[in-house]
Amino acid sequence: MSEYKTTFQTISAAAEALVKDDGYYGNYGGSFIPEILVPAFAEIKEYFEAIKQDEAFWQEYCSLLADYSGRPTPLTYADRLTEYFGRAKIYIKREDLNHTGAHKLNNALGQVLLAKKMGKTRVIAETGAGQHGVATATAAAKLGLSATIYMGREDMERQYSNVFWMKRLGAEVIAVDYGSRTLKDAINEALRDWVSSFETTHYVLGTASGAHPFPAIVSYFQAVIGIEAKEQILRVEGRLPSWVYACVGGGSNALGVFQAFYPHENVGLVGVEAGGQGKGSGRHAARIAYGEGKAGVAQGFKTLFLQNNDGQMNDTYSLAAGLDYVGVSPILADLSERGRVRFTAATDTEVVEALEIIMKTEGLIPALESTHAFAGAFNDITESSGSDIFIINMSGRGDKDIFNVAEGLHDDEWKAFIRRKARQFENSAR
Amino acid sequence: MMMNGKHLSGEKPGSSKIRLAEQITGGPSGQPIQIMTHQILGYPDFDTNYEMIRLFQESGARLVELQLPFSEPIADGPVFLHANQASLASGTTTKQCLEFAERVVTDFPGLSFLFMTYYNVVIQYGIEEFVKACAAIGIQGLIVPDAYPEESQEFMEACRKHTVEPILIVTPYTSSERLAYLSAETGGFLYCAARKGVTGTKTSFGKETEAFITRVRSIAKTPIAVGFGIQSGQDVRFLEGKSDIAIIGTQLLTVLEQEGLSGVRRFLKTIIPA
Ligand SMILES: Cc1ncc(COP(=O)(O)O)c(C=O)c1O
Repeated sequence: MSEYKTTFQTISAAAEALVKDDGYYGNYGGSFIPEILVPAFAEIKEYFEAIKQDEAFWQEYCSLLADYSGRPTPLTYADRLTEYFGRAKIYIKREDLNHTGAHKLNNALGQVLLAKKMGKTRVIAETGAGQHGVATATAAAKLGLSATIYMGREDMERQYSNVFWMKRLGAEVIAVDYGSRTLKDAINEALRDWVSSFETTHYVLGTASGAHPFPAIVSYFQAVIGIEAKEQILRVEGRLPSWVYACVGGGSNALGVFQAFYPHENVGLVGVEAGGQGKGSGRHAARIAYGEGKAGVAQGFKTLFLQNNDGQMNDTYSLAAGLDYVGVSPILADLSERGRVRFTAATDTEVVEALEIIMKTEGLIPALESTHAFAGAFNDITESSGSDIFIINMSGRGDKDIFNVAEGLHDDEWKAFIRRKARQFENSAR
Repeated sequence: MMMNGKHLSGEKPGSSKIRLAEQITGGPSGQPIQIMTHQILGYPDFDTNYEMIRLFQESGARLVELQLPFSEPIADGPVFLHANQASLASGTTTKQCLEFAERVVTDFPGLSFLFMTYYNVVIQYGIEEFVKACAAIGIQGLIVPDAYPEESQEFMEACRKHTVEPILIVTPYTSSERLAYLSAETGGFLYCAARKGVTGTKTSFGKETEAFITRVRSIAKTPIAVGFGIQSGQDVRFLEGKSDIAIIGTQLLTVLEQEGLSGVRRFLKTIIPA
């Protein structure tokens, strides 16, 4: 057994600073669910309250994190990147080294354990980039439950390698052909499954959004990121960072890394949304940074959504499938309103540029989602000085993005390879 | 107010000032079960909606649920989901829906009209303004499945203030304690979703449905309506004498899509015998 010290006291201390028992975060949150799901939510609330106090549960969770997922993940000093900009010292929290390559497994393991406690035999999940789907399929395989993953048809095309892995891990992957065929539509389909299956099935929501208590549950299971990062930075620098950066799709990796720093008012927290093709393009998912999100109720909760005057949700867009969500965590919407978290956006172009810099200076390949956090930090770094410290949460690794990145970088050799491969498959099929 | 067949004080026929519950006289009282039909506004288009409503009136339906489309209709199954999205894709707005409703309330005085939609549509219009607009048009009830009543006090109060009935939903999974709460809060009737799941798929009506209805009856203070998965005259016959209202939704739309308006006329005859 590794000496992994995170206990339920540290996790709850970090999470309790932010989560609310009544499910309201200022003007946001709540639980706007159809009547049929009332018993399902009552059950989840009851079990979540119980596990919060249950040391044995957290021991099991933490040992899975340590001995299965590989935590703690390192905090890497990015010396070459720091030198490249010549301003703030940059540290990178390495969630890419978590098993399955992203922070998503922290939450999936926690919720699948919770599902087992509730006596469920099956889990369902939605996924955008596929990372949460892979994490859920993995946790279900490890803990012996069956899994069904909903994924927008558009996202399946964009992240096919993850579809492949989910299926190999034994999960059923269901393509969602409605709406914008992205994350929000996958959530709707998962909810439709759940209203007829809740007796046997737990819905492993992948991000800190949705009806209460999901934002709280996901925040709890992601709190380890910030707990570790804080200990690590104190150990190497003897002081807290000036700024912490994280990308924001629904908000789980951001809340994960922010929670432990939240009580320290002098640590700036920055959420970076998907700027897509930029402000005013109508092709982005920057609900807060571009000031275009409006308060509303959908998918069971109240938050800022990109919507029209009639309350119909707009289509969103990002190069990064995992950030392409129409709403945002109610906890983050509130923290933004209270001025505690600053929101910015990075455009697709900025993200591709940032990715090239990171790869060449640090030998790291962040996921396109995570690269938004880097791009946000790079946009700010000229304002910083050598006495500042940045922590950037690298929420996941970029292997899954090889097709998109090759396309974004117009890599002709890669395209030629894909053509050769396709011909080879065609010939062998004959 | 209706007197000697004349409408007084310029009120619209079927005005919400006539309490919805008073108009529902079916069920155990020995009256025939009343039928509530359903339409998604703007799908396939408003003209077809209008013709459908004409058929509803001709065939003896009593209540009509007009659904204002929403982009994320989480309680709806594939048939309605598609209709919601197609309606929005063709440009349907809340304003058009209200205008259409005003027309049909005037043109079809024999029918009571309700709106079904999702909470965000109401919120973006302005909760009180929306309810007020409904009252002015003569919409009698509002079914908003994600306006979770404990979290939607503003909506519930606006309904009370403007005398538009908030119709709440119960399911076989609703505890008896909660059932008492919901039946006290609901307006004209209590909407009993006959099973779990979304709209659309067939419900097998049998002992369990009967037990559910009996349990609701023993607690509810209002008339009750049973919906979700009613697909045939046989299903309606099963509910006769048990429920006050039977709600036919998806099947009507499926028949319209497959057999057109004449198919709907034939189908309604099997549901509502003359
Ligand atoms: C690597 C990675 N980072 C971030 C996200 C965005 O999710 P969240 O905002 O919940 O962290 C995703 C979602 O798929 C992801 O795969």
